[in-house]
Amino acid sequence: MKLNELTAHKIISLIKEKKETAESVFLAVKQAIDAFDKRINAYAHISEKPIKSESSTKEFPVPIAIKDNICIKDYPTTCSSHILEGFRPPYNATVVDKLLESGARITGHANMDEFAFGSSTETSFFGPTRNPWNLECVPGGSSGGSAASVAAHEAIWALGSDTGGSIRQPASFCGIVGLKPTYGRVSRYGLIAFASSLDQIGPLTKDVEDSALLLNLIAGHDEMDSTSANLPVPDYTKALTGDIKNLKIGIPKEYFVEGIDPEVKEKIITAIEVLKKKGAQFKEISLPHTEYAVATYYILATAEASSNLARFDGAQYGLRCYPKDKRRTPIIDMYEETRNQGFGQEAKRRIMLGTYSLSSGYYDAYYLRAQKVRTLIKNDFDEAFKEFDAILTPTSPTTAFKLGEKASDPLSMYLSDIYTISANLAGIPALSLPCGFSNDGLPIGLQIMTKPFDEEMIFRIAHTYEQNTDWHKKKVTL
Amino acid sequence: MVSKKDVQYISHLSRIYTDDQEAEALAKNLEDILTYIEKLKKLDITNVKPTSHVLPLKNVFRDDILRKSLGQQAAIKIAVESENGSFKVPQVIE
Repeated sequence: MKLNELTAHKIISLIKEKKETAESVFLAVKQAIDAFDKRINAYAHISEKPIKSESSTKEFPVPIAIKDNICIKDYPTTCSSHILEGFRPPYNATVVDKLLESGARITGHANMDEFAFGSSTETSFFGPTRNPWNLECVPGGSSGGSAASVAAHEAIWALGSDTGGSIRQPASFCGIVGLKPTYGRVSRYGLIAFASSLDQIGPLTKDVEDSALLLNLIAGHDEMDSTSANLPVPDYTKALTGDIKNLKIGIPKEYFVEGIDPEVKEKIITAIEVLKKKGAQFKEISLPHTEYAVATYYILATAEASSNLARFDGAQYGLRCYPKDKRRTPIIDMYEETRNQGFGQEAKRRIMLGTYSLSSGYYDAYYLRAQKVRTLIKNDFDEAFKEFDAILTPTSPTTAFKLGEKASDPLSMYLSDIYTISANLAGIPALSLPCGFSNDGLPIGLQIMTKPFDEEMIFRIAHTYEQNTDWHKKKVTL
Repeated sequence: MVSKKDVQYISHLSRIYTDDQEAEALAKNLEDILTYIEKLKKLDITNVKPTSHVLPLKNVFRDDILRKSLGQQAAIKIAVESENGSFKVPQVIE
């Protein structure tokens, strides 16, 4: 097996045993990027040399791709949008600092849906990313570049961000492990905000052990982020015990209704059987407000986005445009032209939807109502976790769809996140891991959710499942 | 019903210029999405408190101690246009 096809934990032990060097691992990854990325387009910005810190502990010298909305000092950080062209942040995101301190070697910025608005990575200014399992299909989104880079072995592991499923859905489509940690578990300082009450940074990895290792490196309180939780961080690798005896797991009936692909349903049922054999107990439960999650999300997320994206106006950084090249113009015309040329269609759509729901006369009917429905959705989970240790669902109702298939129908695109959105509204952690392949060879993902700050329980269940199946060992051939 | 005129009004509030053709397409998109969102009206939300944040957040205080900041030079390095250490923008007041 080639070096770049190995997991991070394997690479770390090889380097510790002096059987390989950090340089040879980076070289193997770089060669894969050079060979495949013209076809996959997993990267928005590729670094010729590793971005690293000389003063690091060098304990984890692993090549990592970082989503293009996480700031890297003096390196192009563009949210895959025209409006941030030329922007090089004057500081690192906290997660980047933490990774550099641990010895990580950054390979570049992974491609994404513009400003994380999308579920297919087709809205990027740099063109779409393709699914390594089938180049005619999307990799999912918005962290599609991060997921594809790991699946195509163009990175050993990657960071993404998840606002409504943007780590888990691409992980599911690309056959890898993706975790959205509890809201507040990982600092958002230096993550270019989409919807601040929902966004969370998390790992995309080849297996569950890598996910636990990477979360160890990035989790924890940060005084630069006032919404980060001031709680101790456990060693997540200690949760990989393989013991799930007598754990109570709920299966929400609302996740198995019309719209789910029969192949996806079948694989989830088979996965449940695997976990039952290891001693877990399953029971059908109800999360009665599930059908309202997508509508609630699109009000709240777009409202927050319209406010967060107000800062991109051409005044300070990135792109600046004048109407018909007239430089002497009222400043408001410069704002409007910069944002007209700088934002893509989906970004415009979301900013306008958010502005509409926050505008005078509509606030109570849309925004306030959505905030109240969010309470009902959160209450559903609070109730469920009084009785159950975890909830298990499919990650996505379908496997990866074809490029262009949903591009002209925003609503059908929004509905592809129907199983992932609730976890963001409730702030709970959720992980997707591979649980099989469709007849046409596309990966299927299994989602595990637990109560807030119980990532250890997720890892315990996910690792047990992984150790008793071989899905994570299947490799892409390019 | 979302009209082209509504979109142009919202687009001005959003500070995004949209031409006639774009406004028409956006009106159709927004109409579809808002129709879907109407389903929230089926729920009884009397006596339900809104959730704006999932964590029990409290205001974060710290001692008022002088700390190093980014600094003018680093801040201005990313400017689109600058003059005498300031961000330069088109004239604001006639």
